[in-house]
Amino acid sequence: MASTWSKIAAVGVAVIGLGAVTAWALTKPEPHPESFWANAGTPDLAHGEQLFWAGGCASCHAATGAEGDALKVMSGGRALPSPFGTFHIPNISPDPNVGIGGWTLAQFGNAMTRGVGPNGEHLYPSFPYGSYVRMSPKDIGDLFAYLKTLPASSNVARPHELGFPFNIRMAVGGWKLLYFSEAPRVELASADEKIRRGQYLVEGPGHCGECHTPRNALGGFESGKWLAGGPNPEGEGKVPGITPSGPIGSWSEADIVNYLETGFTPEYDSAGGAMVEVQKNMAHLPKSDLEAIAAYLKAVPAL
Amino acid sequence: MKIRMTAITTAALCLGLAAAAVAQDNPVAKREQMMKQVGASVGALGAIAKGEKPYDAEAVKAALTTISTDMKVFPDNFPAGSEVNSAAAPAIWDNMDDFKAKSMKLASDADTLLASMPADQAGVQQAVQTLGANCGTCHQTYRLKR
Ligand code: HEC
Ligand code: HEC
Ligand code: HEC
Repeated sequence: MASTWSKIAAVGVAVIGLGAVTAWALTKPEPHPESFWANAGTPDLAHGEQLFWAGGCASCHAATGAEGDALKVMSGGRALPSPFGTFHIPNISPDPNVGIGGWTLAQFGNAMTRGVGPNGEHLYPSFPYGSYVRMSPKDIGDLFAYLKTLPASSNVARPHELGFPFNIRMAVGGWKLLYFSEAPRVELASADEKIRRGQYLVEGPGHCGECHTPRNALGGFESGKWLAGGPNPEGEGKVPGITPSGPIGSWSEADIVNYLETGFTPEYDSAGGAMVEVQKNMAHLPKSDLEAIAAYLKAVPAL
Repeated sequence: MKIRMTAITTAALCLGLAAAAVAQDNPVAKREQMMKQVGASVGALGAIAKGEKPYDAEAVKAALTTISTDMKVFPDNFPAGSEVNSAAAPAIWDNMDDFKAKSMKLASDADTLLASMPADQAGVQQAVQTLGANCGTCHQTYRLKR
């Protein structure tokens, strides 16, 4: 009898062990090897700066309320509320001790496109690497070089305040297994070069879907609802849809470009909420990029 | 575009009348009408800035005056609890002084422009930028899409 129990127990332990091993295998952090980052080439700082604005790094990593030149100090410290708890944004200034000054390109690239931190740990997807994964090694090299030209800051952000089980970084592996993918968010049958450029900017660095696409309870995008709008993930109110059947369906492409450039809608209402900072970032992009974004928003499925 | 601007100007006139008639004792309607008037005024300036309409000193003056007048009394239309059925964010009532200051800042920017009237299309472009910066700063914290 005792031996039966111990056999069962042993099998149970083995099964649990196997489960854990399988789970680990499926959900462990998966950085790209060093060699993947070796061909980034000579950095193009001007392109790096464009990616900095397109990616909206300042909207999260600059200090609360920063304006003008202060937007380029990546001191971290902002609190980012979410349904899972409060994230405190880290310092990514070139400070060698508390920023990313001592990081290699591979470490930076793996954070940006694999969601893997410098010590091989999972990063939380509140850092929108689920979008940034669409950036090429060259993009990453240009952006990294640009970030290194910005002022250093010695600020150390507070630890995140997250509830169980979200406070366990391993749990992020499950999220990645379910939702982390570099596949296009929508298949566009007859996309010309302009629309494809818009697709890259919106689905990649611009991470527009992170706010404009509704999420399920696990924080993944609801399928088939790309850019359809939904409750504001950061608090009260809602985020409008930006597909052709949303409120901007009646806007021309020029109206969309003008909104991203100036913040004014065709009715001379002005952008509000989190879109204000996004709009200010987008105003730094070349007009051709804003036109590409507008063309893409007209081409996505109406939801 | 021409048609749109005419529509906006007409709408601004109608709204002006409607605001006076309808919104007497409904603070939400009153403040939303004010915002629509402010928007239409910036629209009138925007049309000149973009060259869709010729420079017209009278139109510029009228638009700036409307903005100044409205923004001086705009914060008076936010009695406690009136965020219901509106796009006003609850943060207004936690930071009423800051909210008032932001409203006054737009009014005083309009007054400054009135004192040294923009004299041509380039001047109006500058004015739209100066005024426009105020809209986003306030809407970022104090307006919510619902
Ligand atoms: C929506 C807010 C947001 C935006 C936009 C954002 N980040 Fe972050 N970022 C975060 C959060 C939150 C973390 C912390 C993640 C964690 O602790 O797992 C983070 C972490 C990082 C890290 C890892 C830092 C570390 O010490 O582990 C890097 C590198 C980084 N971000 C770079 C960038 C760059 C470059 C951009 C712009 C292209 C950017 N981020 C845009 C929120 C953001
Ligand atoms: C941090 C969250 C966030 C991100 C990222 C974001 N948006 Fe928005 N967006 C909003 C919110 C909130 C609004 C509503 C603005 C308001 O209240 O006036 C909005 C409004 C808009 C509107 C106007 C819709 C309307 O009905 O008035 C457009 C167009 C738009 N966004 C496009 C974009 C594009 C393109 C991107 C990517 C480059 C983007 N957004 C990224 C939050 C975001
Ligand atoms: C002091 C803060 C503040 C400033 C400055 C401000 N707004 Fe507003 N605006 C608001 C608030 C609050 C609302 C929501 C009012 C409500 O729904 O009760 C709003 C709503 C609006 C609306 C929608 C009105 C409706 O209900 O249809 C428009 C249009 C608008 N604002 C345009 C502008 C423009 C253009 C500017 C700049 C020239 C501007 N606002 C400056 C606070 C402000």
